[in-house]
Amino acid sequence: MARAVLSESSLKADQLNENITTALIDATDLETKELNDQLMDLMLSGVKKVNIINVCGQRYIGTRLYTPQHLRMEIEIFGTPGNDLAAFLYGHKITVHGNAQDGVGNTMDAGEIIVEGRAGDVLGFSMRGGEIYVRDNCGYRTALHMKEYEGKRPVLVVGDSSQDFLGEYMAGGIVILLDLHDQTHKANFIGTGMHGGVIYLRGSVEPFQVGGQVAISPLDDADRVVLDQYVSRFVERFPEIGKSREEILNSQFVRLTPKSKRPYSNLYAY
Amino acid sequence: MEFKIIMPRIRRELYNREICACSIFGAMNQDGERFTGAGVMLAIANMRVRGNGLGGGFAAYGIYPDYKDYYAFHLMFTGKGPQAKRSAKKELDAFLCRNFDVVYDEEIPHGDETSVSDPPLVWRYFVLPKKQGEDSLLSDEDYIVGKIMWVNTRIENAYVFSSGKNMGCFKGVGYPEEIGEYFMLDKLYKAYTWTVHGRFPTNTQAWWGGAHPFSLLDTTIVHNGEISSYGTNRWYLEMYGYACTLQTDTEVIAYAADLLMRRQKLPIEIVAKILAPPIWNAIDRMNEKEKKLLTTLRMVYAPLLMNGPFAVIIGQTGRMIGLTDRIRLRPITAATRGEMFYLSSEEASIRLISPQFDRVWTPNGGEPVVCELNSMRKVLQ
Repeated sequence: MARAVLSESSLKADQLNENITTALIDATDLETKELNDQLMDLMLSGVKKVNIINVCGQRYIGTRLYTPQHLRMEIEIFGTPGNDLAAFLYGHKITVHGNAQDGVGNTMDAGEIIVEGRAGDVLGFSMRGGEIYVRDNCGYRTALHMKEYEGKRPVLVVGDSSQDFLGEYMAGGIVILLDLHDQTHKANFIGTGMHGGVIYLRGSVEPFQVGGQVAISPLDDADRVVLDQYVSRFVERFPEIGKSREEILNSQFVRLTPKSKRPYSNLYAY
Repeated sequence: MEFKIIMPRIRRELYNREICACSIFGAMNQDGERFTGAGVMLAIANMRVRGNGLGGGFAAYGIYPDYKDYYAFHLMFTGKGPQAKRSAKKELDAFLCRNFDVVYDEEIPHGDETSVSDPPLVWRYFVLPKKQGEDSLLSDEDYIVGKIMWVNTRIENAYVFSSGKNMGCFKGVGYPEEIGEYFMLDKLYKAYTWTVHGRFPTNTQAWWGGAHPFSLLDTTIVHNGEISSYGTNRWYLEMYGYACTLQTDTEVIAYAADLLMRRQKLPIEIVAKILAPPIWNAIDRMNEKEKKLLTTLRMVYAPLLMNGPFAVIIGQTGRMIGLTDRIRLRPITAATRGEMFYLSSEEASIRLISPQFDRVWTPNGGEPVVCELNSMRKVLQ
């Protein structure tokens, strides 16, 4: 049943420092709130790493883990986490050994999410910082209204392809779709309403697949630097894909950027 | 076929609860092997937060092998107090005896009545049509649909909520797992397809008849979303003799499926393009033949376009279909494992009862995923 087990059995207050690091939570029959309460308790008691096993649909894992001291934790999830995984994530690192559902990284602030599988709809919705790496594909409305501000620039890298409405109303950040399987993007309505940020697609895309506000252009040297950096990190995280960084980078990419920062500036002007 | 329908016009009370989402789940064994409802009850319970305990229901195919040649009517007698329920049943019994040969009937077994709120009297009848006079020209199905519409609109407090052969719906007010326990679906029934629904009513009140699935003959629908074109769809279907009496938008999908698939014999691939047609921009890019087909469908069947967000699981004899609106505003995940085929609002629920998959994917909006018994045609997306 539900319990949090510290891997070091004799936990005393004066030992709460770096040498007590890893804890285990069995999420069987645990409700969303109970699971997040346990994560909070563990973080406050100084635990640096938590493995959660038997996760099955619990939502908002990693949300709420905020402390004024900016405590950080590493969370590994075994199972299938529920919707809104890592919503508002505040600098933690979350690894999912399996698929994730809808709303991963909703309004994420900082930190890193690694999904060793596929993600559902609205991946990286309103994301404003941090990095997300998804090994396989993702659903509808990926990076919906992703944004950036000054030093904060979110990054999303997806190994396979996405479904429709990728980067809808996107206002900032970097989205990279590697489409490692066939390099033919089938999604439509890519970047509809986009007015900031950049999307890099490996392979090619037809003009009718992207929104009217979006310009399709080849990469320049600055783009290559950005791609190199994040593709390297992607390959580091998923060695199982069996592709090298060079192999991926040496293929055709296109860049999608908004034609205007204010695509609707004339819409309501009389 | 001619119908005289008096549509009930009930003033709805404003509903005042947090709006969220429904949960839908379906499991089918393509070899036709039957299994109890225990697994799907677990799976739907895992999505408890998507509902709010104001409706749950199940459709099960293959549950009445001993009566497989008879239409299984499930009747709900509502009303305040046992007297009103009994009097509705008396009136219904007289109607059934006049129009059908009833070979067997019984109260549907259930658990403790205090475990659910305000349960109606729920009865099942196994019947064959007794067509007389000009009715003898009708097919059995048309005859039955006509009689069901008559019962649902004319007999107060009596509703036929399931009417196919060798299948049945079970539904009520409560969380789906509670309804499953109430009707003992984990113990008494084995089906090769189960579809399940956990309800979060948004625009209408919760009552036993308003829970999902909605069904007509062997077609059942569980639905997550809202049909904002309900008014248009409803008036169009009324022209074909379908009376919408259950105060919920989902009803129109069941009747549309009956009209298009049973009466007009259209394949599901076409029906999907009627209910969730591609947008005009996409049609413009098609080749001439496709363009002509899709344009014609949009013209002829414009009033059957289901506008608004939806994800549905349609159940039929030997077949389970998943479909979302064309821009997938509601989620659906499909998965296969061996001969098992699953559809669900959330992947975790499928993982709970089948930890390993052969394949898992989220179908594109407007594109149906169809699973059929191996003995029938098999089309996987």
